[in-house]
Amino acid sequence: MPELMYREALNQALAEEMERDANVFLIGEEVGRYNGAFKVSQGLLDKFGSARIIDAPISELGFTGMSVGAAMVGLRPVVEMMTWNFAILAMDQIVNNAAKLRHMSGGQLRCPIVFRGPGGAGGRLSSQHSQALEANYAHFPGLKVIAPATPADAKGMLKAAIRDENPVIMFEGERLYALKGEVPEGEHVVPLGKADVKREGTDVTIITWSRMYYFCMEAAEQLAQEGISAEVLDLRTLRPLDEEAILASVRKTNRVIIVEEGWALAGVGASVVDIIQSKAFDDLDAPVERVTGLDVNMSYAANLENATQPDATKIIAAVKKVLYREGA
Amino acid sequence: MEAPAVASPYSKEQLLTMYRKMYLIRRFEERAGQQYTLGKIAGFCHLYIGQEAVAVGPIEAIRPDDYMLSAYRDHGQPLARGADAGMVMAELFGRGTGYSKGKGGSMHIFDIEHHFYGGYGIVGGQIPLAAGMAFASRYRNEDRVTVCYFGDAAANQGAFHETLNMASKWKLPVIYICENNRYGMGTAISRTSAVPEIYKRASAYDMRGEPVDGMDCLKMYEAVKDAAAWCRAGKGPVLLEANTYRFRGHSMADPATYRSKTEVEEERTKNDPIPKLRAYALKNKLGADADFEAIEEDVKAQVDAAVKFADESPEPSVEELWRDTIVDEGEQDVRPRERVLGVKVTNWPKYPSGQELKVTWDLEPREQAEQADKKAGLSR
Repeated sequence: MPELMYREALNQALAEEMERDANVFLIGEEVGRYNGAFKVSQGLLDKFGSARIIDAPISELGFTGMSVGAAMVGLRPVVEMMTWNFAILAMDQIVNNAAKLRHMSGGQLRCPIVFRGPGGAGGRLSSQHSQALEANYAHFPGLKVIAPATPADAKGMLKAAIRDENPVIMFEGERLYALKGEVPEGEHVVPLGKADVKREGTDVTIITWSRMYYFCMEAAEQLAQEGISAEVLDLRTLRPLDEEAILASVRKTNRVIIVEEGWALAGVGASVVDIIQSKAFDDLDAPVERVTGLDVNMSYAANLENATQPDATKIIAAVKKVLYREGA
Repeated sequence: MEAPAVASPYSKEQLLTMYRKMYLIRRFEERAGQQYTLGKIAGFCHLYIGQEAVAVGPIEAIRPDDYMLSAYRDHGQPLARGADAGMVMAELFGRGTGYSKGKGGSMHIFDIEHHFYGGYGIVGGQIPLAAGMAFASRYRNEDRVTVCYFGDAAANQGAFHETLNMASKWKLPVIYICENNRYGMGTAISRTSAVPEIYKRASAYDMRGEPVDGMDCLKMYEAVKDAAAWCRAGKGPVLLEANTYRFRGHSMADPATYRSKTEVEEERTKNDPIPKLRAYALKNKLGADADFEAIEEDVKAQVDAAVKFADESPEPSVEELWRDTIVDEGEQDVRPRERVLGVKVTNWPKYPSGQELKVTWDLEPREQAEQADKKAGLSR
């Protein structure tokens, strides 16, 4: 299986879906002549032309709404957000229009559209450019929210998102784009709404998604050397949550930690805890622990930035806490 | 009466159709207002009374398959495009037989069969959508135009400016009709706008912008006929500012104390678009009093029946709560008149599949881009 960077896997998914369906077009800032701020759309303008790879003005609300309108009448837009921080300007169109069209029209309209771009900290970018905002979107009925961690999932889930009949919000990551992994060629479609056990284990379940997955895997390796078998469950889709997969893993290991880049209050992890406490309370041998971004804005200074985010050390400490091996 | 010097360019049938549609909106809205005070309609209810010409003139000037959408003062356009009055009223009543099964209410009327793509409740939120629908028409190489209504206050939203820029740059076939009724809710537009003449703002985006007498159905008809031809010829978008007046408050909850009784009375008596059209037809001998009276009787009966239909309709079933949030795989779109009245809907929009569609349009033709690069000394 060929090894691709995350950005190349996304590029492949876009090219394949645009080849397959002429209704699909890509719009966003710098996606055309510049080949994408993060090179996800490298080469696509030459291949598909300027009606299908569209350099948008810096008008996030405007081009997002325009794309929603195109989706209402049968096209399948992919809207690239240079980062999700900027998409806050477009939130009205995503939340008040895209997520509600089916409902407001009583089932007359559908809005098949993908909004995608990097979320989370990019590295030394301070507070306005370093937010993990997936919890905001996971809140809204009418949307699907995905956050794949690996190149293979990035390709397969983007393909599924483009084929989906609903608005799909896709969180990628500035620090994920250059990561490499094996990616199946051609028709590789990963269904939305399905979590994936990325590492099997028996002592504890680590639930995560997106970039935090890599810290979790690092932690699991180190824990294995201490004789602790950690299962890593990659949620991949945050709306709808894969309750079955969450509960199955909890019932197997009886101990859970949830690792989330974003803030703790009203985070996605809080909802996962709720599912576990209401449906698997008796399966728990310890309270669920959460490792999240600290409840502060992100700083520029390297030491402060690192301290703000979860890392393998913090994850290992949380695992030991639920195993009652603190200080071990 | 003197014979007119120049023959009217309109047929009797055309004028009577316009009259019927304006009168239908007037009568429907009067009854909606009445039903609101009786407690049958709740929430926000924004009446169109006074602004009928702004909907009817344009609708007569475009094709039935042209796209249209509006803000939350949205009962008039779908009625004039042929929506079932009973089902619109049922939506206002929150009944299961409404166009959106009672889920949308007064602010969200959608009648896709008649290419009316909705009423939107966030000021200016529909403006970018219209550009996207027009984009889709160009993308598919159709000669369809999109007509988008919005109020004067929406012209101060970022969505308006962002969209005009894109629509003009990409020459999208969209006609923006600003319904300038002089007040954004209770605030006179001149109090919040550096340039209260909205049409002038088009010049900032190098697009056509014109004021129109929004109290005259025929002037609206002519302006949109011309604008639609312009759009279909690929010349880009048009901004029309329809200067109009609402005879009632912003919504049913508004006693409209921010404007004088004299101002309202003057508009009502001198500028009402309905008697104005009737006077024109009579003067040009394109209709007799009896024709208008017959239309009025007919429409009254139609609206009475609409109210009765709405009132006798059941509320939506509670199971409906769980439908229409996410489209399940293989799920079809709902065709309201089929669902409610059991009639066969034949003109539901159809789009080419991704395999059939050939995109021949170029937003920025490659040759042009390469020439510009060459001139600038850039290599590609």
